[in-house]
Amino acid sequence: MIAVAEVTPAWYLVLGALLFTVGAVGLLVRRNPLVMFMCIELMLNAVTLTFVTFSRMLHDVHGQTVVVFVLVVAAAEVVVGLGIIVALLRKHPTATADDLNVLKG
Amino acid sequence: MVELFVVLVAGAICLGGALGVVLNRNPVHAALSLVATLFGIAVLFIAQEANFLAAVQIIVYAGAIVVLFLFVLMLLGVDQAEDLSIEPLGGQRVAAVIVGIGVLGLSLLALASTGGEATGARPLEAAANRVTEGVADIDQLGESLFTDYLFAFEVTSVLLVIAIVGAVVLSRKVRRAEYVDDPLEGDSA
Repeated sequence: MIAVAEVTPAWYLVLGALLFTVGAVGLLVRRNPLVMFMCIELMLNAVTLTFVTFSRMLHDVHGQTVVVFVLVVAAAEVVVGLGIIVALLRKHPTATADDLNVLKG
Repeated sequence: MVELFVVLVAGAICLGGALGVVLNRNPVHAALSLVATLFGIAVLFIAQEANFLAAVQIIVYAGAIVVLFLFVLMLLGVDQAEDLSIEPLGGQRVAAVIVGIGVLGLSLLALASTGGEATGARPLEAAANRVTEGVADIDQLGESLFTDYLFAFEVTSVLLVIAIVGAVVLSRKVRRAEYVDDPLEGDSA
């Protein structure tokens, strides 16, 4: 029989830390701009999970309010970021993160 | 017992999706792994009684943001598999893994040093933003959003308009022969 362990908030915090780490390493390693963007979204999700955990732990609803704002800002950021990527990749279809000089001009 | 099972399964889905994003060579597969992570996070929100946020997470993140990613991937045709064996900067992967382990170690150390709580704050006893047991989370969230954070809420609406305008400007195709005609020169095209 599995030992029934109590789920404390620390479990969620550890999971959030792991997700954030995976996102950070992915951002550093990948070269495709769109996949790098997805790793940023991973990090944002890890942070929202942490916020909700603290909100429940401290019985404070402000944690959840901040999550709403994080979602809105993430949406706006994705819209503008993908617009930039579209404009960039139209001119240079094979640009990766190594070609920093394509932003010139 | 149920919460243990839910947390373990949802956590596994989240981590599996996250590793899928980082390790998949095809960007479309990476986007689909991201959807798996977002669903796992939504389940974890529900496990922590943040039901409204779980719904909004699915609708906005998995239903709009990832779809936008897929649109751009298909539009630009950059869904060819990336060659992960090329490493332009020597030793970068090793450095990235070291940085990752450092970040993880720092977070876990901060968690462990406070005995699994990571914060010295204590639950508020009588405050306006205290979550009370009988009230639905969406009621309290709405009250907090429209009273304490009203100004920020209005500013985010402006932010969204700016983002829309920015996206339209950035992604339009500029025609080659786009001259600005001199208004003094009579008839313009």
